Amino acid sequence: MSVAVRVRDITKTYPGAPPVVALAGISLDVTAGTIYGLLGPNGAGKTTTIGICTTRVCATSGTAEVAGRVLGRDDVEVRRRIGVAAQALTLDRACTVGENLYYHCRYFGMNRHDSRQRADALLERFRIADRRDALPSQLSGGLAQRAQVARAIAHHPEVLFLDEPTAGLDPQSRLALWDLVRGLRDDGITVVLTTHYMEEADRLCERVAIVDHGRILAEGTPEEIKRDAGGSSIVDVAFGGDRMAARAAVASMPGVKDVQESERGLRLVVDADGSVVPRVVSALAEYHLTDLRVTEPSLESVFIGLTGRDIRE
Amino acid sequence: MNSVTRSVIGPVLGLWARDFRVLRREWLPFFLRTIMNPLLTVFVFTYVLPRSGQHLPVAAGAMNFATVLVPGLVAVAMVFTGVSAVALPLSIELGATREIEDRVLAPVPLYTVPMAKVAFGAFQGMLAGAAIFPIVMVLPATEVHVRVANFPLLALFLFLASWTAASLGLFLGTAVRPAQIGLMFAVILTPITFLGCVYYPWASLGPIPWLQYGVLINPLVYMSEGLRIALTPDVPHMAPIATAVMLTLLASFLTFLGVRGFVRRVVA
Repeated sequence: MSVAVRVRDITKTYPGAPPVVALAGISLDVTAGTIYGLLGPNGAGKTTTIGICTTRVCATSGTAEVAGRVLGRDDVEVRRRIGVAAQALTLDRACTVGENLYYHCRYFGMNRHDSRQRADALLERFRIADRRDALPSQLSGGLAQRAQVARAIAHHPEVLFLDEPTAGLDPQSRLALWDLVRGLRDDGITVVLTTHYMEEADRLCERVAIVDHGRILAEGTPEEIKRDAGGSSIVDVAFGGDRMAARAAVASMPGVKDVQESERGLRLVVDADGSVVPRVVSALAEYHLTDLRVTEPSLESVFIGLTGRDIRE
Repeated sequence: MNSVTRSVIGPVLGLWARDFRVLRREWLPFFLRTIMNPLLTVFVFTYVLPRSGQHLPVAAGAMNFATVLVPGLVAVAMVFTGVSAVALPLSIELGATREIEDRVLAPVPLYTVPMAKVAFGAFQGMLAGAAIFPIVMVLPATEVHVRVANFPLLALFLFLASWTAASLGLFLGTAVRPAQIGLMFAVILTPITFLGCVYYPWASLGPIPWLQYGVLINPLVYMSEGLRIALTPDVPHMAPIATAVMLTLLASFLTFLGVRGFVRRVVA
């Protein structure tokens, strides 16, 4: 299997006072023809990583190759082989949806006839043909994102970069976009996307890198990541009694791996075999237990286990 | 033609096709924006004032004011087009909307996009000059003495003047944030216009030496004087060679600054 994106020890520090370290050393390989997810909270370094792979950000150190071309040495050839749909809506507001697709093809050197045909085909495929003459400002978020992805693949790229493709979309539009992305992968396009939605990484991506503070904390298939994290569940409990005493009561219990204080009580990282929760409940009963929430092993529980916080915090 | 050149031509034609499409859609605002200032200037100074018996003092060389204005107003139209056709859209596209991104990701060297902008802005500058030429010729109540003795010279100065205007637009578009656009008109465009030898030939500034040499940093001075050489050679004007050299230097410098500013804005 060939590698579509190869990143080695990339760092990025944005100058300023004080300088901001966006990437503290990231390495990853994306196999051609797969969907790869960079999962992490805002400010984790996902967008900077994509920026470097798409020639818009210069790495401070490290090397990257996309579609067999070296970044920083062969940027024009990299751009010829990649498609990019940015997080923000970057459709050309002075042009209609159809023109956005048509001129994009022209920017990639296609002639007028081929550009027109390609734009028509994409409008049909992405089911936006009835909005051909609409201006981007007249589109809903979901349609605008579809138009943006359509434009990004108009020149038949090998690798497609999607930065937060479903941020702000309603659930239905999100599912529709997932189907589109899977369809593109089935066509042979390698897809690299960023997301802060656990579910998106879990269900859409074949491999995932969990990113935080400019580093990769875990990498693998969603199943591998969950398994390697030891199959932990997260138990959040809220109660009215003495926290220190309650903490002492559960901390030494078999099956409890870690205990942290949380806003309303305690957060426990426990074995996912189901035997721990009843014992926690009975142990905390005398501390006026008011609420208990169990998060089964998931990328979310892995993320909490790795960073000690929710991805949305 | 080598393969690199060939692979750049297609995308550049695409960039121009896009700009031309937008221009065609907005031709009326473009036209109105272009003609309004020259139309009113010519109307008030060469029609209303002479007709109402208030003659303006004639500038050096005993040429009438309407004739002095012709090249000056063509040059002003070019500068305003360079700013409104290049700087304003670019400032927005580079700003919050990041609309430029799709063009920046085209498979061409990064400097291609701003260079194509300058070329198209220069083309629009020529259109603007052509649009106001009939106005400045026909409207004045007094006779206008335009005499093109040397067409290659006219072509040269039209080219240099429109390039200078468009490169000024590129520079301002990359240097000025959208929020400061209003300020840019007040502190840059207004002084450039009033001190750009538009309403008087440069030679007539002789009695005010500090101003005569001070305005030499103003690109519009050379644009006005260059067009004066080509269109109204009977009005006193700068030496053709010096004017052409200065226009080339200024346009090159502004293009360099603009391209550098553009690349800095799109690559972090």
